[in-house]
Amino acid sequence: MVQMKGVTMVYESSGTEALKDVDLCIDDGEFVFLVGPSGSGKTTIVKLITGEVSAAEGEVIVNGFDLRRIRRSKLPKLRRTLGVIFQDFRLIDKKTVYENVAFAMRVVGASNREIRERVSYVLELVGLEGREKRLPQELSGGEQQRVAVARALVNNPRMIIADEPTGNIDPVKSLELMLLLEKINELGTTVLVVTHEKELVNAFSKRVVAIDDGRIISDGMDGYFCYEIE
Amino acid sequence: MRLNKIGYLIKEGFVSIFAHGFMSFASVTIIIACLIIMGSFSLLAVNIDKLIVDLEQENEIVAFIDEALSDEDAMSLEPRIVSISNISSVKFVAREQAMDSFVSDYENKELFEDIDPTVFRHRYVIYLEDITLMEQTKKELEKITGIARVKAHLEIAKGFITVRNMVSAISLILVVILLTISIFIMANTIKLTTFGRREEIAIMKMVGASNSFIRCPFVVEGLILGLVGSGLAFLIQWGIYTLVSDKVMASIAGNIVSVIPFTVLMYPVLIVFAGIGILVGAFGGIIAIRNFLKV
Repeated sequence: MVQMKGVTMVYESSGTEALKDVDLCIDDGEFVFLVGPSGSGKTTIVKLITGEVSAAEGEVIVNGFDLRRIRRSKLPKLRRTLGVIFQDFRLIDKKTVYENVAFAMRVVGASNREIRERVSYVLELVGLEGREKRLPQELSGGEQQRVAVARALVNNPRMIIADEPTGNIDPVKSLELMLLLEKINELGTTVLVVTHEKELVNAFSKRVVAIDDGRIISDGMDGYFCYEIE
Repeated sequence: MRLNKIGYLIKEGFVSIFAHGFMSFASVTIIIACLIIMGSFSLLAVNIDKLIVDLEQENEIVAFIDEALSDEDAMSLEPRIVSISNISSVKFVAREQAMDSFVSDYENKELFEDIDPTVFRHRYVIYLEDITLMEQTKKELEKITGIARVKAHLEIAKGFITVRNMVSAISLILVVILLTISIFIMANTIKLTTFGRREEIAIMKMVGASNSFIRCPFVVEGLILGLVGSGLAFLIQWGIYTLVSDKVMASIAGNIVSVIPFTVLMYPVLIVFAGIGILVGAFGGIIAIRNFLKV
C-alpha cells in the first residue's frame, strides 16, 4: 500500500521542484497506471516509493514503512517488499538468467533449495523455462524484460513497480508483458505501471493516474483519453 | 548470516576476480609496483642503517691502566670491565704491543729504537654495543680502580649518532610518504575497478541487498587481490634484491660495505608486504564502494 499526502520533492542539485503537493493512495491488490510526459514527475514518484530520494515535505508511507522516519539501514527491508522493473531491464551482464533471478533471493537469505524451487517456478511463470543458463545479452529485449519481471516477482513482493517497462520492446511483446503483469495482479500483488504509451493503457480497463509538471491532474478509470502526450 | 549466504558471498568474491579479469590484473600490477618501490627503498634504508652501525662499532674506547699495577693486576681487570653493561668486546693490549703498534704507524722506525716500552701503558681496547651511551660507559670505566684514564672519541660518536638519526628520520619520512602514495594509488585503482560496477551495485540495492551483503564480495576480492599482489611483489623483491646485492658484493664496493642477506630480512618483508596487501585490498574495497552504497 502506498500513501502520499501533500508531497513536495525538490532535487537539491538542480533546485528543480519535481513534485508539488501530491496526494496519491494505492491500495493493496490494485493495478494502477501512472501516466504523463517526460519530466512530469513519474520517475520521481517511483524513486520516492523505493526510498531512493526523500520528500522535502509531506508524508510517504509504503507497505507500512514511513519514509520520512525510515533509517538508511532499514531501506533494504522496504525494498524487499517491492519488485521493480525498469525500462533498461537492469540485469547483471555477467550472471546467467538463473543467477540474475536467484540473486534477489540470496539477498534475503533463502536456502539453496528454496532458491532452486522458487526460481524455476517464476521462470516458468514468465515463460523462460529452458533459458536458465543463458546470459542476458543472449536474449531478446522481450526475454530480458521477462527476466526482470521474474526477478521482481521471485521474493513474492507486496507490490510490483514497472517503470516504463515496454520502452525497449516491440508492441506485441509489450502487450504480452502487460498481460503477465495483469496475471500477477490477479494473484494478489499490487501493480504500479509507469508509462506514456496511450494505446497500451487504453487496452486495459484500469485505474489511471495522470501527472504533469509535478502535479496529479487526473485519477480515475477513464483511461488515457483525457490526457494527451506532449 | 546463514552459512550458505557466507559461502555464496565468498564464492562471489572469487568469481568476481575472474569475471573482471583486466581490472583484477590492473589492481594486482599496481599493488606489486607500489610495494616494490616502497620495499626497495626500505631495504636500501635498512642497509644504510646497518652500514652506519658497523662503522659506529669501529669507534673504540681505550682504557689506560695505572702504571703502578703489575702485569697480572692489569690483566685481572678484564672481568670488571666486561661486567659493565653496553660493553660488546674487550681486548687487553700489553705495553709492548702498544709500542709496536705505535711504531708501525711511522716510516722512520729507527727513530724509536731507543724507546723503552715502559713509557707506554697497558691498556684495554673496548668496543661498545651502543655508542649513544659512550659517555655514560666512559664514566663507568673511570670508576674502576686501576684505570688511570679513558680515551673516548665522543665527538666522533656524536657525529655518527647525528648521521644515523638523520638517515633514520629521512628514511622514515620517505617510507611514510611512499606508503601513503602507494595506498592512495592502490585504493584509487580499486575504486576505478569498482566504478565500472556501480550499475551492478545499484541493482543489488534495488533488490534489497544490505550494504554488508554488497560489501562482502568486494572485501573478499580485495583481500585476495591484495594477498596475490603482495605475494608476487615479495618474490620479485627477493629476485631484485639478490641480483643487486650480488652485483654490489662483486664490485669494489663489496670490499668496503656488506649487504644484509635477503634471508635475514625475508620474514619482516613478507609480513609488511602481506599486511599492506591485506590493508589496501580490504579497506580499498570498502572505501571504493562507499559512495555507490549511498542509494
